Amino acid sequence: MLAYIVRRLLYAIPILIGVNLITFALFFVVNTPDDMARMQLGVKRVTPEAIEKWKVERGYDKPLFVNAAAGGLDTVTDTIFFEKSARMFVGDFGRAEDGRDIAREISARMVPSLAIALPTFILGLFVTITFALTLAFFRATAFDFWGVVLCVAAMSISGLFYIIGGQYLIAKIWRLVPISGFGDGLDAWRFLILPVVIGVVSGIGSSTRWYRTIFLEEVSKDYVRTARAKGLPETIVFFRHILRNALIPILTGVVVVIPLLFMGSLLTESFFGIPGLGSYTIDAINAQDFAVVRSMVFIGSVLYIIGLILTDISYTLVDPRIRFS
Amino acid sequence: MSGFQVVVLWSDVLVWLLVLAGIGVGVLIAKSPPLLAAWRRVGANRVGMASATLLLAFIVIGLLDSLHYRVALDGKPGVKTQYAIEVLSVLDALVTPLRTQNEKTYSAPFATHLYAKESIERPGLGTVREYPRLKFGASHLADTATLADDVAATALRTGALALFAWLALAAVVAFRCGGWRAVWRGDTVFAWNAVLATLAAILLVLVPLFALAGDYHVFGTDKVGQDVLYQILKSVRTALIIGLVTTLVMLPMAVLLGIVAGYFRGWIDDVIQYLYTVLNSIPGVLLIAAAVLMMQVVIDTHPEWFATAAERADLRLLALCFILGITSWTGLCRLLRGETLKLRELEYIQAAQAFGVSSWRIILRHILPNLMHIVIIALVMDFSGLVLAEAVLSYVGIGVDPTMTSFGTMINNARMELGREPVVWWSLAAAFAAMFLLVLAANLFADAVRDAFDPRAA
Repeated sequence: MLAYIVRRLLYAIPILIGVNLITFALFFVVNTPDDMARMQLGVKRVTPEAIEKWKVERGYDKPLFVNAAAGGLDTVTDTIFFEKSARMFVGDFGRAEDGRDIAREISARMVPSLAIALPTFILGLFVTITFALTLAFFRATAFDFWGVVLCVAAMSISGLFYIIGGQYLIAKIWRLVPISGFGDGLDAWRFLILPVVIGVVSGIGSSTRWYRTIFLEEVSKDYVRTARAKGLPETIVFFRHILRNALIPILTGVVVVIPLLFMGSLLTESFFGIPGLGSYTIDAINAQDFAVVRSMVFIGSVLYIIGLILTDISYTLVDPRIRFS
Repeated sequence: MSGFQVVVLWSDVLVWLLVLAGIGVGVLIAKSPPLLAAWRRVGANRVGMASATLLLAFIVIGLLDSLHYRVALDGKPGVKTQYAIEVLSVLDALVTPLRTQNEKTYSAPFATHLYAKESIERPGLGTVREYPRLKFGASHLADTATLADDVAATALRTGALALFAWLALAAVVAFRCGGWRAVWRGDTVFAWNAVLATLAAILLVLVPLFALAGDYHVFGTDKVGQDVLYQILKSVRTALIIGLVTTLVMLPMAVLLGIVAGYFRGWIDDVIQYLYTVLNSIPGVLLIAAAVLMMQVVIDTHPEWFATAAERADLRLLALCFILGITSWTGLCRLLRGETLKLRELEYIQAAQAFGVSSWRIILRHILPNLMHIVIIALVMDFSGLVLAEAVLSYVGIGVDPTMTSFGTMINNARMELGREPVVWWSLAAAFAAMFLLVLAANLFADAVRDAFDPRAA
């Protein structure tokens, strides 16, 4: 088991290097630092001196890969690639446009992001599994039919509508909770309710339909027929046998998104003014802060790869037939 | 009548290429009995055909909006003609009143007066603050109290016209398919009853709507006084292009790499798997954001490439499609790789190999046709997701060009309107409703296609 995990971790390294090279190519080769400087400083009244100063301040004035002028080890290390890309591997993300340390900013913003994403994830999973199980229990009835119709309609609605409509109805008309904002400590719960509820509701359509097919696949298996044949009541067949077996593909399927919960949700956080990583990313995109976007790309991929490894491990844990190979 | 200059945008080329490709695929399908049988099953599916009719209506709007031209400006004779900077489409020409009848600012659907008060000179009363009459909305009415009567009369008159047109169409269908009863009860091979019912709904809504749109702002006007219905019509093309051209970009990559990886295995498989794991591990939104930011820098530093603003917006739209394609081919590729791995072990492939048939010929003749159902299902399933994604991306600021009308930019411009007093709900509601209809139709059609093509579902 340990050897397997170590092997999987080693396999992640070339992937991370690939991600790093792609982002590096996107941010420094497709567009030169000169272009970025012009963008940041405004296209008008930009002098070559100002561009040069901007590049020196951020360390973008160095060569891309090989610094021939510097001797010895500095040939490789005193370059943009090493300073800006390779250093991400040790958690050094440099500074944002406003001069703040990106790594510190990220660790501070993780908590609000998680405060929204984790309850949304757990509650959403519970609600959709319950709903899907009910639909599967009443399969091939009018209830099932209209439930599926509802799911298709729900997944055809834009995610923006759920947020805008929910904010308008619950916060503005009914005045149940604040429209947006975030508080410190325990006081934050008033701000959390609305985004969590909207997050759960907007996810119902597609996941319920997906889980329902998983349940229905399980229903037609042989062991279910055996369970019925030996006279078990339908409720026991469902909750003791089908639910447990169907939970395996459902849970192993969602493991991959768990690490990504740290990233927060772009839309929810920007609409509700939550100071998490999602709104950090959106602000960076709007301000064209390349350093922050680059860091977020890197962190996102690291989290996704962790998710992949966790998925593999969870598969082997729940299904003994899969060997560690 | 002044002359005009045909403008061919890159996206127009792709749209019409797609239409040609669609016709080509249709001919191919007609020659292949298994595919024809599957499409017949789609044709017999009532929900599928109803949604296909609705989709077709959207596509017609999109196609009309994909023929562009520039009007010649009135110049002195002998001087080289100059063309207007504005690029128009055939759709613009058809709905000219909607495009040109702009108010000053917001006005509600069917409103007679503006949303905001203004100071108006009244003879005898001096200056008063009141809601001014709209310049175009309901301007033909002398007395605004007769508005409801006028709307009802126009709607009834044109609705009856639409009903007659529909009856004529239905009569043709009934005549060819064995009588009214057979069509009504669904005894026809093709689900004509669903198509006709949807058509009736579309005609009965659209014909009165457009008849009224000449005199009223049926969906109201937005902040700068532009008609919301016009914006909705223009958004359709953007949504369709995002949904269709993107799949055109991702399809060759996904199919080629997926099959090659599964068929040749070994180091080729390793390389391709590495490639899609790397691309997959970058969060989609961030990769798109990074690529769009970079593209924006390229576009901004080369203003000389574009003759008009429309061309610039068009290139950005295509670039967005390209980026979305790059980020979304991995799922289909993995699916096709897995399926090819299974197929290559089957006896008929091994027999072909034993006969010495070349690998590429085996892939083309034996593997690709057996993967077609997966490709078709993936194509229609992706469409709705892409339309929804466009709205989100445009909201985040990494979608289409802000000057290009799309559901995303409409929502983005209108997002603060619910905070106004009184509430300005119409542009948001119209954008969401139109998007909902398009995506719902696409989802239902995708379900019908999947049911017909997926061998496991049968």
